[in-house]
Amino acid sequence: MDLKEKLVSSFMAFENNVDVDHPVHDIRTEAIKNFEAKGFPTKKEEAWKYTSLNSVLKTDFSIFPKEENALEYHQVKKYFLHEIDTYKIVFIDGIYSSYLSETTHDGVDICLMSSALTKPMYKPVIDVYFNKAASNDESLTTLNTAFSREGAYIYIPKNKAPKKPVEIIHFATGNEASLMLQPRNLIIAEENAELQVIERHQSLTGNPVLTNSVTEIFAAKNAIVDYYKVQNDSEQATLIDNTYIAQKDKSVVNVHTFSFGGKLTRNNLNFYQHGEHIESTLKGVTILGEKQHVDHHTLVHHQQPNCESHQDYKGIYGEKSTGVFNGKIIVDKIAQKTNAFQQNNNVLISDQATVNTKPQLEIFADDVKCSHGCTIGQLDEDALFYLQSRGIPRKEATGLLMYAFANNVLESVRLPELKKRINKLIATKLGVRLGFDL
Amino acid sequence: MAYTEEELKKELETKEYEYGFYTDIESDTFPKGLNEEVIIALSKKKEEPDWMTQWRLEAYRGWKEMIEPEWANIHYKKPDFQDISYYSAPNKKPKYNSLDEVDPELLNTFKRLGISIDEQKKLAGVAVDIVMDSVSVATTFKKTLAEKGIIFCSISEAIQEHPELVKKYIGTVVPPKDNFYAALNSAVFSDGSFCYIPKGVKCPMELSTYFRINQAGTGQFERTLVIADEGSYVSYLEGCTAPSRDENQLHAAVVELIALDDAEIKYSTVQNWFPGDKEGKGGVYNFVTKRGLCERNAKISWTQVETGSAITWKYPSCILKGDNSIGEFYSIAVTNNFQQADTGTKMIHLGKNTRSTIISKGISAGKSQNSYRGLVQVNSRAENARNFSQCDSLLMGNECGAHTFPYIEAKNKTAQIEHEATTSKIGEDQIFYCNQRGIDTEKAIALIVNGFSKEVLNKLPMEFAVEAQKLLEISLEGSVG
Repeated sequence: MDLKEKLVSSFMAFENNVDVDHPVHDIRTEAIKNFEAKGFPTKKEEAWKYTSLNSVLKTDFSIFPKEENALEYHQVKKYFLHEIDTYKIVFIDGIYSSYLSETTHDGVDICLMSSALTKPMYKPVIDVYFNKAASNDESLTTLNTAFSREGAYIYIPKNKAPKKPVEIIHFATGNEASLMLQPRNLIIAEENAELQVIERHQSLTGNPVLTNSVTEIFAAKNAIVDYYKVQNDSEQATLIDNTYIAQKDKSVVNVHTFSFGGKLTRNNLNFYQHGEHIESTLKGVTILGEKQHVDHHTLVHHQQPNCESHQDYKGIYGEKSTGVFNGKIIVDKIAQKTNAFQQNNNVLISDQATVNTKPQLEIFADDVKCSHGCTIGQLDEDALFYLQSRGIPRKEATGLLMYAFANNVLESVRLPELKKRINKLIATKLGVRLGFDL
Repeated sequence: MAYTEEELKKELETKEYEYGFYTDIESDTFPKGLNEEVIIALSKKKEEPDWMTQWRLEAYRGWKEMIEPEWANIHYKKPDFQDISYYSAPNKKPKYNSLDEVDPELLNTFKRLGISIDEQKKLAGVAVDIVMDSVSVATTFKKTLAEKGIIFCSISEAIQEHPELVKKYIGTVVPPKDNFYAALNSAVFSDGSFCYIPKGVKCPMELSTYFRINQAGTGQFERTLVIADEGSYVSYLEGCTAPSRDENQLHAAVVELIALDDAEIKYSTVQNWFPGDKEGKGGVYNFVTKRGLCERNAKISWTQVETGSAITWKYPSCILKGDNSIGEFYSIAVTNNFQQADTGTKMIHLGKNTRSTIISKGISAGKSQNSYRGLVQVNSRAENARNFSQCDSLLMGNECGAHTFPYIEAKNKTAQIEHEATTSKIGEDQIFYCNQRGIDTEKAIALIVNGFSKEVLNKLPMEFAVEAQKLLEISLEGSVG
């Protein structure tokens, strides 16, 4: 039985464990129908031209973990941003771990999707926001919607800001031979609210894991949301990360994606601007080796006038890795005075690495400034020579230049400890000691 | 007088197609429809050898299995391929030895288009192979070319007289089953041009062919084959204007360029077919496959000025097969009213040290949609490949659209690829600056548009630049100074 059939037939078993009378269940039923009709995307679809899921879908993933697993804090401490205090929403094999988590209901709600979906007090919020930004058409998103039950739920009311950043971490213990996870996150920042979130998926063994995650973010007027995705998973992990962001007037949403690990990562990052004077930032650093494959698929849909968007993706590709960037900017007819920028720079450091990039503009308004730039190249030989002539070995010199290449994406990271952590990850990934503390 | 962009826009919309007239020449036309018999009859009519007939039939069988592509960013009513007559030729045969013998009405048509054969013969030194509805009716300067060993004739003539060359090269760059329209063309191509430049010969003059569509309900399927042998050079010009029609006319041409070692081909196009009226009615459907193959140290340069056609679907490409070969693409695409253009290029880097340059300028006005779609592919053995692409779009009015779909694929670490694209309108401050210096708004817009397209216009051969300007004027009257 292939994975699609398995998922579709598991839906009935899934229904036994959820409240089928809840309005959300109608959404799930619709979603599974869509997935059943569409199935997993193939390379024949334009959006999946450069990324094939075939090798992943051959694995016989278990859809529900058989048992609850526990972890001790010291085992996984290094995956947390432990230098600073944070709220934590931790899942082990898809099941919430209250032992490792730190949630709150003090003025803001930082808790679980499962409780938001079952407790009546959250119903008004769920009715308004759940599945309102996510696609009802894209097959992997609807697959997640069909099985949506657990994940992070964050609600920041008007004029509030949580005292500390929120970490959402998914651990896969590897106690199952192969596991499929489908976390569903809902994040709402009301007027003038502020929020910082760090999301991470981590497998603790080399057993294959397939994560198909959907995150919906709603930013109301003047809200500011910083979202950091740290993707440094084990080499057998596949991550399909679908993020849908709906913004209202004057809100600011920044999403940073750091992709270093994993076998196959696909990021579908979608911004919808529903108001004026909105700012959206999408930035990413991708450093790959071995046979890794990362596909960044972004969409910024400018639907109202006077908004801005900035995209900056840097990629360094070694060994047999493949990088894909597919960025799309749509400017509607009424979205005059839009400023939309998109940049994608890539460095190939191996003969067998591949980069496919497709930056697209679809513009229907005339009074706009839209541009995109995209480069594929190598490190500057002159710069390398300069550093070497000053006694820096070639390997370190290469590291320094690559670090410099990726650095302007890091500049906008507003959590110093996270920035430090990412710097370390970059140095490790590049296999160099930079000689100074970053 | 304050001349605003709105006024310009209005003027553009109301600007009628100047060259819309129709010449009545008796023609010898096939009944509508397409099947194997039609192809055999067509082939027989043209007295083609058996291998050509078989080649056409093979393409037709391939075409029958194919589906019309839908991936392009264009919307139109699909043509009914059974409602087209696949052959039509001006009746006055045999061919003429001098211009005096040519049907005066035909000559008059060219006069109204501003093409004086005599004048061009004398002043510009251009040999004109006029294609009117498929069959070549006038060829000039043939003698001069023949002295150098250059073969420049219609493709039907080439099939008769140089079958070895045609057989060797036809379909090698654009295979008969390459795509839907190329397959259709391979099956039913009526005529076109053939050009062969022998080893080491620099063609002394610009070669040009004027394609015209004249007969109602006739699809035109041109086939062009240009071969530049080792170390040779040729500059080839192609220009088009078409009479007004209510019915959509289909045009599916195939152009193949072959540049052998150290050869250079410069291929320039000015396309100004009937774009449809301002309600979007009528207009030519232009589905063209153009592709060039570069051997070692060879260079192919495409320059195009696209102002006409209701639908344009065109991607002149270069296959940079040989080491050190160079591909260039310079394009201006202007769309107005309801025109839709989906155009761009493909640069396939296979050889070492290959270089390519893409400069694409899109201007959209009215309710038109203008898309750039391109591919830059560097394969794993293409060491030190270099590409630079620039796609700029200019929007006039808020009902048009400009789109960019570049595909960039690199499989070699020594590749250096740059791509940049911008979309903007004519800045208020730019116009203000000009006004301030005593240049009125109309002239200012002209100046800016001219500057915007200069990079491409400069690439056109001198002899052609005048005509290009003339054709641009029709689409963007008052904008080009």
